[in-house]
Amino acid sequence: MLPDPYPGIQRPGLVEVGFDEIVEFFYRLAEAYDKLREEGLVYAPPAPPEPDIVASGTVRVKLAFPVYQKGGVVMDVTNSEQAGIAEDAGAVAVMVLDKLPYDVRRSGGVARMASVSAIKSVMETITIPVMAKVRIGHYYEALVLEEIGVDMIDESEVLTPVDEKHHINKWLFKVPFVNGARNLGEALRRINEGASMIRTKGEAGTGNVAEAVRHMKLINSEAYSLALSSPEDRLRKAREYGVPPALVELVARLRRLPVVNFAAGGIATPADAALMMWLGADGVFVGSGIFKSEDPRQRAEAIVLATALWDDPASVAEAQEMISERKSMMGIDIRQLSPSELLQVRGE
Amino acid sequence: MKKIRVGIVALQGGVSEHAYMVRRAARNLGIDCEIVYVKHAENLNGIDALILPGGESTTIGALMARTGLLKPLKNLLEAGETPVLATCAGAILLAKRVVDKHVGEVKQPLLAVMDFEAVRNYFGRQRESFETPLRVRLDGGEVSVRGVFIRAPAFTKVWGRAESISDFEGVSVAVREGEKIALAFHPELTSDTVIHEYLLRKALG
Repeated sequence: MLPDPYPGIQRPGLVEVGFDEIVEFFYRLAEAYDKLREEGLVYAPPAPPEPDIVASGTVRVKLAFPVYQKGGVVMDVTNSEQAGIAEDAGAVAVMVLDKLPYDVRRSGGVARMASVSAIKSVMETITIPVMAKVRIGHYYEALVLEEIGVDMIDESEVLTPVDEKHHINKWLFKVPFVNGARNLGEALRRINEGASMIRTKGEAGTGNVAEAVRHMKLINSEAYSLALSSPEDRLRKAREYGVPPALVELVARLRRLPVVNFAAGGIATPADAALMMWLGADGVFVGSGIFKSEDPRQRAEAIVLATALWDDPASVAEAQEMISERKSMMGIDIRQLSPSELLQVRGE
Repeated sequence: MKKIRVGIVALQGGVSEHAYMVRRAARNLGIDCEIVYVKHAENLNGIDALILPGGESTTIGALMARTGLLKPLKNLLEAGETPVLATCAGAILLAKRVVDKHVGEVKQPLLAVMDFEAVRNYFGRQRESFETPLRVRLDGGEVSVRGVFIRAPAFTKVWGRAESISDFEGVSVAVREGEKIALAFHPELTSDTVIHEYLLRKALG
């Protein structure tokens, strides 16, 4: 078995502090912000529901959804046939796109939310959750997805951003959001805007997991170093990140993000998925890696197996044996991409 | 003092949330307790209680079938001696009959050991997920809990040895059969350890 990639550092699971404590943190933040909200503060969590009523779309319910995706694989699909393959293979959810990231990269032009009819037809075919992507800052694509009942919205750099400066205020929605991040500052800004889940950005559509590895290691090491730094330095970091000091203090205590954190961007094989789990991911998104390969059925199943049993080398080997490297997606060397072709730099 | 071993099926889903609650419940009861993450059949040896967490029932079922956990786990559950707590997807796996609210008949690997029918996604999609005050009947008494329902199932038919122990808007959301309880909601998402303490007390015998 491999050694711990972060030796000497105790890695508490998200939860070793208790899910309830995380929820209470955001409710305390809401209380502290109440006054500021009256004065026009935009990014603030809503107050907790009255205890005696039935309440939907609460902070607790939104943060809870990704908890049940942990240890699983979310697969990008473009139609209901692929969604069926994903469900049969054991995906925990599907992400509906108009084009897979690899094709977005090839075709150029403006990449937008998938067709409502395509998303609806996937929702009618499968029993697992359905996610879809919206362009960064596009409130109305998000409203449309909430209206048709998508289970989670990915405000994604893979699509063409419509607002260069601002992300969506996700506290305003009843449906939980996932956002991409390359470092701790980005991740915490998204959480402060109401994201219920974070994923690494990686470099989507390349079949190259290198950037996802870089982002996951960076987020984790930044979280660890916060735990070791002085209170004054943490305050300085909060200013640098542009987030409330209380959120930085929470991360310092947890030594990780306070929400579920998946790996995404370039995962193409079972071993890629297991690598990301070993590095501390709570689960994985696989974009082009499955349906741009020549063996999507076996590959989807193999990646599910390797993600769940990443800590058992025999199972990862069994998973890797289910696929053939000759059938993997071709992949793109990130060093061959010009800076303008990088998707990860969209939306800081 | 006897040490209690609590197995948590750890193939996918909200595993560590249950581990946290078990540790807290054990502390409250003053019990020495060890948590075993169950991924393979051999992890079942010597456990005194078992938790089947929430997640996606199709995923967990498929992984159980693939790792060879399904059969030995089914045998253990059918023996009926080990106290079991199953939440959400875990409860679906225990039901003898499972349908989906919209898609209808589903074909997925199940443990199928309790006499009830689970309707998946009964309350709707994530947008409709909710939290509510709830009463649960345990050991002749009744406790108040915060029911957190995430794309939750409901238990539309309960027969044989099984009995409903909690209802919400006219449908069962918790079922007990012998030493097993199946919940449509998630006690591990609250600070209330009453359900986990119940499980540990059963394990103590």
